[in-house]
Amino acid sequence: MKLRLRDIAHARSGDKGDISNVGLIAIEPRYYPILVREVTSDRVKAHFGPLVLGSVTRYQLPNLCALNFVMEQALDGGGTISLRTDAQGKTHGAALLTMEVEVAPHELTGST
Amino acid sequence: MIRIANGQGFWGDWLEAPVRLVEGGPLDYLTLDYLAEVTMSILQKQRKADPSLGYARDFPPLIARLAPSLRSKGIRVIANAGGVNPVACAREILRLAPGLKIAVVLGDDVMDKIDSLVAKGETLRNIDTGAALLSIRDRIQSANAYVGAFPMAEALKTGADIVLTGRCADAALALAPMIHEFGWKQDDWDLLAAGTTAGHIVECGAQATGGNCQFDWQTTPDFANIGFPIIEADTGGRMVITKHPGTGGRVTRATVTEQLVYEIGDPSRYLTPDVVVDFTTVHLTDDGPDRIAISGVRGTPRPELLKVSISYLYGWKCIGTLVYSAPDVLAKAQAADRMVRERLKALNLSFEKIHTEFFGINACHAHLAPPLAEPAEVQVKIGARDRDKAKLERFSREVIPLVLNGPPTATGYGEGRPAVREVVAYWPALIPRSAIQPTIEVIS
Repeated sequence: MKLRLRDIAHARSGDKGDISNVGLIAIEPRYYPILVREVTSDRVKAHFGPLVLGSVTRYQLPNLCALNFVMEQALDGGGTISLRTDAQGKTHGAALLTMEVEVAPHELTGST
Repeated sequence: MIRIANGQGFWGDWLEAPVRLVEGGPLDYLTLDYLAEVTMSILQKQRKADPSLGYARDFPPLIARLAPSLRSKGIRVIANAGGVNPVACAREILRLAPGLKIAVVLGDDVMDKIDSLVAKGETLRNIDTGAALLSIRDRIQSANAYVGAFPMAEALKTGADIVLTGRCADAALALAPMIHEFGWKQDDWDLLAAGTTAGHIVECGAQATGGNCQFDWQTTPDFANIGFPIIEADTGGRMVITKHPGTGGRVTRATVTEQLVYEIGDPSRYLTPDVVVDFTTVHLTDDGPDRIAISGVRGTPRPELLKVSISYLYGWKCIGTLVYSAPDVLAKAQAADRMVRERLKALNLSFEKIHTEFFGINACHAHLAPPLAEPAEVQVKIGARDRDKAKLERFSREVIPLVLNGPPTATGYGEGRPAVREVVAYWPALIPRSAIQPTIEVIS
C-alpha cells in the first residue's frame, strides 16, 4: 500500500549557504527500515526536481531512527542571495514529507 | 551538576526568553547566541559608519534589565553579542549597568590577516563551491574565524560576570562552562563531544522545546509561553535537556531529535573547533516529564583547520509584489509575470536571475504543492538579481505600473516601488588553527 511519508515520519530542515539539509525521523522505531528502503537519495533528488539542482547525499543515524539528506544547490544561492521566499529551506522538511512510499501492512503494525 | 540555558537562538529571538529563564527557576549559566552567518557583515558596516558600534545592540539593555537578578542568583552570562566590536559592547554594558565584570574574548577577526594568509599559500577556497577566493578578493567585507570553547572557559576563570565573544562556534557557548566547572581537558574527546551535542541541541533556543517541531504540532502546549532549553550537565558527561517547570512547549525525543539533525552535514563528523562529534553514537532516553537524557556520545580529535566565515559584496536584488483577487487569480498573476518579462526584454534588460513565485499557490513547495481550488487571492512575486545596480533600479520600476496597465484587480502594492537591496553573501573557508591566537581582555 502507498502512504505519505508524513504518516510515518517527521522532519526538520535548514540551510548552510546554498545547501539545504533535511533530517527525516521515523515516528516509531519500526518505521525506520521503511525509510531506509524507500527514501533513497535518488528518490529525494527526483522528488525535489527543480528545487534542488545539485546532488543529494544521504546519511543514516540508526541510533535516532533518522536519515539526513544533504542537498546541494538547493536554495538559489542561499541566504541573502536567494530570490526564493524560502531562502533557508525551512519548508523542505515538510516538502519531503509529501513523498509517497510503498509499505507492507505488517511493517506498520510490527506483526509478521 | 550545573544548569546552562540558552535564551536566544538568533539576533531577533524573543526578548522575554532570557528574562524568564533567569527568573523562572534555578540556573548557573545563561548563554545567548546572536550571530547568524551574515550578521557579521551587517555589524561591520555599522562599525564603519560609527566606530562605537558593530555589536548586537539588543544585548546591553538586556543585561541592564537582568543585572539585579544575575547578581542575586549568581548567574553568569556567555554571549557572542560582541560581533565585530566586543570591547565597545562591553563599554556600553558598563555604561548601562555599572559594576559588572566583563571578560572579552578577542582574536576571531582575521580580516587584516587575509593577505598574509594568501601569501603563505592558503587558498581560502569556498568549502561549499570550491571557488577560489581571488574571485571575491576585492569585495570582502568581513572575515571571522570560529573560536572554540577553551578561550571562553579561560575567560570564565577571570571570575567575570559576563563573557563576551565575537564569532564563535554556537555550541561552544554551552560547552565553555562545562570545561570551566569540570576541568575537562583539550583531549577529553568524548566529554567534549557530549557537551557539544548538548550545546548543539540548545543553540537554536526553543527549537529544542517544541518550537518549529513538526511532530504532532497541534498538541504542543502553550507556544506563547514556550520554555527555552536548559542543559543539566555533570562532570562525567551525562547531559539532560529540560526546561523550567510551568513553561509552555515540551521536551521530548521528537523535539530533541529534530534539533539534533538541524543544519548538519555528515552526522558522523560534526566539526567544531573543539572536537569532532559522532552524532551516530548519541543515545536519547526519557528521563521524566520534559526531560531527555543524552548518553554514549563519542568524539574524535579536533580538526587542524578552523572554519572562517567571510562575507563579501555579491551584487543587488529587488523583489516586487502585486496581489490579484478572484476570479481567475492564477491566470491574472501569470499574465502579469509574462507582461513584466516582455517589457524587460523590450528594454534589452537581462539579469543573472529572474524568479517568479505565485505566493499562496507554489512559493515554498513549487511543483510539490497540492493543487488548489480557486484561491481567493494570490500574490505574484517577481524578483531579479544582478551585479549591476542600475539594471535593478530599472527593474524596480516595472512592477507597479501593472496596477493600471495590466490584468484587472491588482492591489496590495504596499509602499510602491520595491527597494533595491545590496546582497552581502557568505563565503565559508578554512584556515590553519595557528592563524588565530585568542586573547582575553577584562573590562570592569
